[in-house]
Amino acid sequence: MNPEPLALVGGAIVLALVLGSTLGWAATRMPHSVDGLVERINALLPQTQCGQCLYPGCRPYAAAIARGEADFDRCPPGGAATAQAIARLLDRPTRAPDPRYGATKPRQVAWIDEPRCIGCARCLPVCPVDAIVGAPRLMHTVIAAQCTGCELCIAPCPVDCIELRAVAAAPAARATPSPAGH
Amino acid sequence: MAPNRKFALGLVLDGRKQSAMQQPIAAAPAPAQAFVLLDQGDGRRGTPSVRVGERVRLGAAIAQADDESGAALHAPVAGRVRSVGRHESSPDAGPGIVIDNDGSDERDPQCEPCPEADSLPPEEFIERIRRGGIVGLGGALFPTAAKLAHGRAGSITHLVVNGAECEPWICCDDALMRESAGEIVRGAQLMLRACGAAKCTIAIEDDKPEAGAALTAALAAAGDTRLSLAVLPAVYPAGAERQLLTAVTGLEVPQRAWPPEIGLLCQNVGTAAAVARLVRTGEPLIRRIVTVTGSGVARPGNLEARIGTPIADLIDAVGGYAGAPRRLWSGGSMTGRALPDDAWPLTSAMNCIVAATDADLRAPVHAEQPCIRCGDCARVCPAGLLPQELHRAVRSRDDVLLERFGLADCIECGCCDYVCPSAIPLVERFRQERVALRERASEAARASQARLHFEHRERRVSELEASRRREFEDARRRACDDFPNEG
Amino acid sequence: MRFETAPAPHVVAGFTVPRVMFLVLLALIPVAIAHVIVLGPGLALQFAVAATVALGCEAAALALRRRPAGPALRDGSVLVTAALLALCLPPLLPWWLTALGTAVAVLLGKHVYGGLGYNPFNPAMVGYAVLLISFPVAMTRWPLTGVELDWPTLAQLTVHSFYSGAPPPDLSWDTWTGATALDALRTGLRQRLTMQEIRAGAPFGALGAAGFVSINLAALAGGLFLLRRGIVRWQIPAAVLAGIALPAALGHALDPGSHPGAVFHLFSGATMLGAFFIATDPVSAASSDRGRLIYGAGIGILTWIIRRWGSYPDGVAFAVLLMNLAVPLIDRYTIPRIYGQSRD
Repeated sequence: MNPEPLALVGGAIVLALVLGSTLGWAATRMPHSVDGLVERINALLPQTQCGQCLYPGCRPYAAAIARGEADFDRCPPGGAATAQAIARLLDRPTRAPDPRYGATKPRQVAWIDEPRCIGCARCLPVCPVDAIVGAPRLMHTVIAAQCTGCELCIAPCPVDCIELRAVAAAPAARATPSPAGH
Repeated sequence: MAPNRKFALGLVLDGRKQSAMQQPIAAAPAPAQAFVLLDQGDGRRGTPSVRVGERVRLGAAIAQADDESGAALHAPVAGRVRSVGRHESSPDAGPGIVIDNDGSDERDPQCEPCPEADSLPPEEFIERIRRGGIVGLGGALFPTAAKLAHGRAGSITHLVVNGAECEPWICCDDALMRESAGEIVRGAQLMLRACGAAKCTIAIEDDKPEAGAALTAALAAAGDTRLSLAVLPAVYPAGAERQLLTAVTGLEVPQRAWPPEIGLLCQNVGTAAAVARLVRTGEPLIRRIVTVTGSGVARPGNLEARIGTPIADLIDAVGGYAGAPRRLWSGGSMTGRALPDDAWPLTSAMNCIVAATDADLRAPVHAEQPCIRCGDCARVCPAGLLPQELHRAVRSRDDVLLERFGLADCIECGCCDYVCPSAIPLVERFRQERVALRERASEAARASQARLHFEHRERRVSELEASRRREFEDARRRACDDFPNEG
Repeated sequence: MRFETAPAPHVVAGFTVPRVMFLVLLALIPVAIAHVIVLGPGLALQFAVAATVALGCEAAALALRRRPAGPALRDGSVLVTAALLALCLPPLLPWWLTALGTAVAVLLGKHVYGGLGYNPFNPAMVGYAVLLISFPVAMTRWPLTGVELDWPTLAQLTVHSFYSGAPPPDLSWDTWTGATALDALRTGLRQRLTMQEIRAGAPFGALGAAGFVSINLAALAGGLFLLRRGIVRWQIPAAVLAGIALPAALGHALDPGSHPGAVFHLFSGATMLGAFFIATDPVSAASSDRGRLIYGAGIGILTWIIRRWGSYPDGVAFAVLLMNLAVPLIDRYTIPRIYGQSRD
C-alpha cells in the first residue's frame, strides 16, 4: 500500500489532537476574567442606578448578566442602544428592551418644588448618587447635573413635591476649528 | 511673487471671484429695520440687555455674552427696539433683536476712539476689544479678546494674519486688502502688542497680486520690521487655520490642542481691520465687508454693510436678482450654508452671499453609490485622514474606529465630497456623526460620574452599617459582662 | 423670496464610477488586440459569453437582494470583471466553463459579500482560481506560441473547441496547442534542464515568452494610459513589478542556470495585466499609499515564488487572492499620520 496518503492522514490526526487539546487546556485552565466582563458590561449601562431591572444598581445587574442569571433587555433608561451594545459585546442576537421592566423615557432630572417641600429628609437617603442636598427641617434641592432621573425619590416624598422634568440635550462643545479663512 | 511654502494636499478650484472684483467696495445703505441675531454658532448665544420700546443709539450694547466663548452685540442702527425674539419674516433664523432705524445714526457716547492704544497696558486694551464685541470675521465668530487674552496666558511667539481666502466666490478679504491695507497693518500692530508676540506674518494666496502689492506698500510705509508678508499657493483649503499655520511657520498644531499651546495665534485680516477701526473711531463691530455674488445677481460686488441688514436689501444694493437663482447660501461653494429665505439678516459670520443659478451649481450626476475605496478622498484630505475608512466607521457607528481614523480632526472642508466618484455625501455624514459622537461622549462622562457617586455612596452606607453593627456588638458584650447570669 | 436648501458642497468634480470603468475598458483595448493577434480570435468569443453571463448574474443577484438593478448594471464594473477574466482564460476554453467561471466570479466573488464595494477578493481572480483548480486540463490548453500560426485554422479550432470542448475532427490538440513559456519553464526546471536548454524551446523568443511579450507590452501601454489619467496610482503597479523583478534579478545573478531573469518575468504570463489592471482593483486593495506598496510588493514576490517553485505556471491569480486576505492586516498597521498626531 502506498505509504504517502497514510502518512498524511496520520499526521493530520496527530496535529488535530495536539492542537485541540492545547486549546481545550487553555480554555479551561487559563484565567478568563469574569470581573473583566462585569466591568465591560457595567461600562455600557447608563448608571442611572434606578433598580428597574430588579437589581440594586447597575453593577449588580452587570454581574447578573455576566453570570448568565439575567437577560440584557431589562434596562429602560439605557433603551435599545444599551441592549444592542451589550448584545454586541456578548456576541448574541439583539433584543429590544422588555417593556415589563419599565418604559424608556427621554433624559429627565428630578426637581423639588421648594415652597411645597417640608424638609422631612425622606428623599435624601434614597438617592443612589447623592444628588439631593439638604437636612431635616432645612430646604432640600436636587443637583441637576448629578441627577440620573431614576425616580427613586418620588415615592418616599409625603407631599409629592418632587417632579421629573425633561432635559434638552446640551449644546455640543466646539471641537476642531471650521475651515477656510478663520 | 514666488510662493514660499508648498501646500501638499487639497484642491485647485476655479475661484469665481473675478466678477465681484470689477468695482471697488460699495457702501450698502443702512437697513430700515436691523435684525441682529443672538445665535453665535456652536450653541453660543447672547442674552439681550435691552427691552422692547427702548431707544438705542448707534453702537450701544444690546446683548451680553453668556460666557467667555461668546461676544457682546451692538446696535448697528440708531432707533427703537421693535421686538426681541423670533421674527416672523424669517422664523428659521432664530431669536434676535429687531431695531427700527430712525435714520439719525446718532452715535452712542460710549463709543470713543482710543488714541492712547499704543500706550495702554495690553490687558486694558484687550478689555476695550472685548467691549467692542470684535469677533473673528473669518466665519467662526470666536471673540478676538478671548483669543488674544488666551495668548497672553501662554506665550505667543508668532501672530499670523489670515488673508488667504481660499474658497471659491469669497473675495471680501481681497477687496479689503486692496483698499485698506494700511488699516490691516495697523490692526496687526495693535494685536501684536496685545498678545505679546515677537513677529507677525500676513499670509495671502498667489492669486491676489494686487492685494499683495497693496500690503507690501503698506508694510513698507509702516516700516515695522516685525511684520512680513507670506504668499502661499492658491490651493483650497490653504486658509483653514491649522493648515495655514503649518504652511506659514512649518509647525504642526497637535491633535486636541489649540494654536496658542505652540506659541501661534491666527486672526483674519477683517478682524485686524475691525480692531484698527475700533481704535481709530471707537466704533464697535457693527459692519463688515461682504461679497454679494453669483450668477443670480445683476452686478456682483463687495459691499460694506451693517450687521443685521436683511439679505434681500443686500441683493437690491447689487442690482437685484438676475436669471433664476435657485439657491442662496452664505459662504463659499465648498462649505456654504444654504439659507431658506432672503429675509435672513447679515451676521458677522457671513463673509459672502451667493445667489446661485443652475450655472453655479453642480450636483452629483447620479444618486449615492457604494464606496469603491478608490482613495481619491484620502489623496485630497488636508487633515491627512482616510475618509473612506471614516465612512465605513460612521456606518457601523464604531467609536473605536472613529477615534482611530480621527473623526474629531475632520475640518469639514468638503474636499472629499468634491472628488468622490460614488457621490457619497461625506461631509454631511461626518458632521452628523461628530455631533452624535460628542453626545455619546458627554453621556459616557455623565454615566461615569453617576457611577462614582453611586460607589462612594455604597461604601459610605456599608461603613455606616458596619460601625452600627460593631457598636451593637460592643453594647451586647458590655451588657453580658455586667449581668453574667442572664442571657 | 424662498429658496431650496441643500448641504454643502454645492459643486462637485463630476467624477463617476461609470467613467472610471469606461476608461479601464478603453485601456484594455491594446491588450485585447495583441491577445487576438497572438492567440487567435478566442478572446472575442470568451468576452461575449463572459459579458452576457456577468450582466445576467448581476441582474439576478440584485433582484434576489431586492436592490435597484439600473445603477449597478450601468456602472460597468461587472463588464470590467468579465473583460479581465476573458483576458486571463485560455481562448480555447469551452463556453460552459467560461460561463461557470463568470458566474462564480460575480456571484461568489462579489454579491455574496454585498455587491460593489464590499468584496474582499478580486472577483475575476476568484472565478479564475476556481476554474483553474477544478478543470486543470482545459485551463492549461493554450494555442502554440512562438511559431507561425495559420490563422484561419486556428480560428476554426477555437470555434469548435468553444462550442464543444473538443478539436475539430481533422485537427488535434497536439499539433495546435502546446506549453506556454511559463509552462515550459516549470516543466524544464522539474526535469533539471538548464536555462539555456529551456530557452531553446519553442515558446521562447528573443526577449522571453514568445507572443506574450507583445501582450505584456500592450498591457503596459494601457496601464501607463490609466496612470496618466489618474485612474490608477503608481504605488501598486510599481510595487508589483518591483516585487517580481527584484527577486528574479537576484535569482538570475546568483544562479543563472535555474532563473530566467527579470526581463523574462516582467514580460511573460499576466504580469503587466496583473500589475496595472488586476492588482489595482481598489475595492480589494489596501487603503493607504504605504499599504498599497506593501500589498503590491507582496503580490509580486508571491507571483515569483509560485512561478519558481509552485505547481501552477502563473502565480498572479493566487498571489492576488492571498494578498487580498492580508489587506485588513496591512490596513490596520499602515494608517497614515493624521495632521497634528504625534509622530511616535
